[in-house]
Amino acid sequence: MDYQHVQVPFEITLWIMLASLAKIAFHLYNKLPSVVPESCLLIFVGLIMGGIIYGLNDKSPPVMDSDIFFLYLLPPIVLDAGYFMPSRPFFENIGTILLYAVVGTIWNVFGIGFSLYGICQVKSFHLQDISLLHNLLFGSLIAAVDPVAVLSVFEEIHVNEKLHILVFGESLLNDAVSVVLYKLFRSFCEMSTIKTVDVFAGIGKFFVVGIGGVLVGLLFGMIAAFTTRFTKNIRVIEPLFVFLYSYLSYLTAEMFHLSGIVAIIACAMGMKRYVEANISLKSHTTIKYFLKMWSSVSDTLIFIFLGVSTIGDNHEWSWSYICFTIIFCLIWRALGVLVLTFFVNRLHVNTVTSKDQFIIAYGGLRGAICFSLVFLLPEFPRKKLFIAATTVVILFTVFVQGMTIRPLVDLLDVKRKRESAPTVGEQIHIRFLDHLLAGIEDISGHWGQYYWKDKLEYFNSKYLQKFLLREYDQPKSSIVLLYEKLERKHAIELVEAGQLIHEPSHTSLLVFVDSHRSTVVVKESDSMNPDVLENIQKILSRNLYRIRRTVPAYNRHNLPGESGTAEQAKEILILRHRSLR
Amino acid sequence: MGSRASTLLRDEEIEEIKKETGFSHSQITRLYSRFTSLDKGENGTLREDQVNFRGFMRTLAHFRPIEDNEKSKDQNGPEPLNSRSNKLHFAFRLYDLDKDDKISRDELLQVLRMMVGVNISDEQLGSIADRTIQEADQDGDSAISFTEFVKVLEKVDVEQKMSIRFLH
Repeated sequence: MDYQHVQVPFEITLWIMLASLAKIAFHLYNKLPSVVPESCLLIFVGLIMGGIIYGLNDKSPPVMDSDIFFLYLLPPIVLDAGYFMPSRPFFENIGTILLYAVVGTIWNVFGIGFSLYGICQVKSFHLQDISLLHNLLFGSLIAAVDPVAVLSVFEEIHVNEKLHILVFGESLLNDAVSVVLYKLFRSFCEMSTIKTVDVFAGIGKFFVVGIGGVLVGLLFGMIAAFTTRFTKNIRVIEPLFVFLYSYLSYLTAEMFHLSGIVAIIACAMGMKRYVEANISLKSHTTIKYFLKMWSSVSDTLIFIFLGVSTIGDNHEWSWSYICFTIIFCLIWRALGVLVLTFFVNRLHVNTVTSKDQFIIAYGGLRGAICFSLVFLLPEFPRKKLFIAATTVVILFTVFVQGMTIRPLVDLLDVKRKRESAPTVGEQIHIRFLDHLLAGIEDISGHWGQYYWKDKLEYFNSKYLQKFLLREYDQPKSSIVLLYEKLERKHAIELVEAGQLIHEPSHTSLLVFVDSHRSTVVVKESDSMNPDVLENIQKILSRNLYRIRRTVPAYNRHNLPGESGTAEQAKEILILRHRSLR
Repeated sequence: MGSRASTLLRDEEIEEIKKETGFSHSQITRLYSRFTSLDKGENGTLREDQVNFRGFMRTLAHFRPIEDNEKSKDQNGPEPLNSRSNKLHFAFRLYDLDKDDKISRDELLQVLRMMVGVNISDEQLGSIADRTIQEADQDGDSAISFTEFVKVLEKVDVEQKMSIRFLH
């Protein structure tokens, strides 16, 4: 037997296998996932595994190193979130999201760092050897919030879209901010003296890193979109392009010391629209599934590491430091959300209510990023204390906050999302109102979000689409696409129900299919018999409400819209038909 | 007179507009300067349609966001211009070109034609219009009345969609 030869891949595979089996068991009990977040389960598995390893070897289990995390484990998680980010709500709320992510994180970092430094000054705690810089470093890694675990709770109770996108967007961007600050402070740690010039250079670097990341990401995104224009004959490797270009953008950004996270997000969001129009349906599905799979695996591995490392000699305990860390995390997050929301509400028509604020503040769970960053700290005397503190904070937030947020949300009765998706009429009217508002804003000299949206749309349709889309001859607005989809669905369902009516006195039923294929067109106009109309309206109203949401909710462990295999089959049929053109 | 002095806003006018539309003093003066910059001909009106400043303000008043302190205030007085019902009425009137209080298929087609772009055939557009009317129409007259229109949009947050925050 040659175990040494295969040891590393074998062990990794075993770990992943174990976690996946645990997930199966977890989902067997229907009630369990709604009460306990998946992260809890993963940590629990890690704890057990750590216990076993410790018991067997009587030494500490292996830990993670910097390269593995930053190069292999982090990109899938971020790419997954970036790819599934719904663009329209994201950009509509981008101001608020940026405010929460950037300003909020900075507020948290400095708040926690300084208050912990204050605590360290108290003589009785024996913590005086922790310098301000170390405290700030700790603050920067502990402030990285990962509320994705909470999003699954939101999904359960259909929280309104705006809150969902706020939390989602914030979680994505504040990872980037956190990592940048962490690297900044770490480089400060290595410098013997810090002059004010260095501080300003740090601030400037912050902006350069962010904007540079966006540019790199967009560049790769456009190249990716352009490449997929020509992949018609080799459908099989289409998903590969998406992954390769995204990963390249991440690596390129990291190479130039720019923010890889921002780059990969910008790449994913930039190319999504064009790539999805160019690639086949199967590639599309493949991409989605692979993204979910990889990000799930990454997340799993990190949480298992967390569980494993909790058992062992990695810790130094200090009641005061740890308790105060937890307290400060909660306080500063709550304060940050309160203050920021106050400013946000002054400037925007769409206000964030106090219930929403509570959810955002309470949903500030810490997750994988915190844990990884603390392990990557350079060796210094108090490192183990930091590891212990981080572990406790993560465990606390994931278990306590994660499990109690659902009952609390129910208690507060957060504004529920609408149960149904918009009908054609609604979509038309909403679009109409958008145009109207853009015009009014033009007239009143107010450049709100609609102005930039229109400008971007104009630029898009005039230049980008011609360049990046394969079939430019037939651009269709989303109203027409939605309409066609509805009509097809309706017709298919009617055919299946055996109710396809041919009498002329009934209302019109149209099924649009490409002219190259044989069309099934049953078209009448004429006056509408009220009884039949009611009947058809009943059928329509019953069926229309089951349409897929326009903004699918994000869940790290599931693809959106997974429920109902029959419905899905119908939709795949319709989409496949469209993609054959 | 062709000079600007004749079109300067007097205080009494500002008060009247304030009462009618609910805008604040500073908002009105700011919008007035906007109006004059749009009013290239300096004759106190915009375009050939003769929209004077009062009309301009009345239209914009529909887009004022609904503030919380107004909601409960004046139950007896006339409905403010920026109430949900009035906002929807404004939108409705844009569809209803012949002002017969109904959106007919043709009127809907015209709006759709403007919104959807040149690559859609008339036939397809006609079916979209048919479907929209079919969805909204409750009294079976193949047209959308104001109440039907309101009903279609009952789930949409119109107060937010049709509001611009006029900066102070």
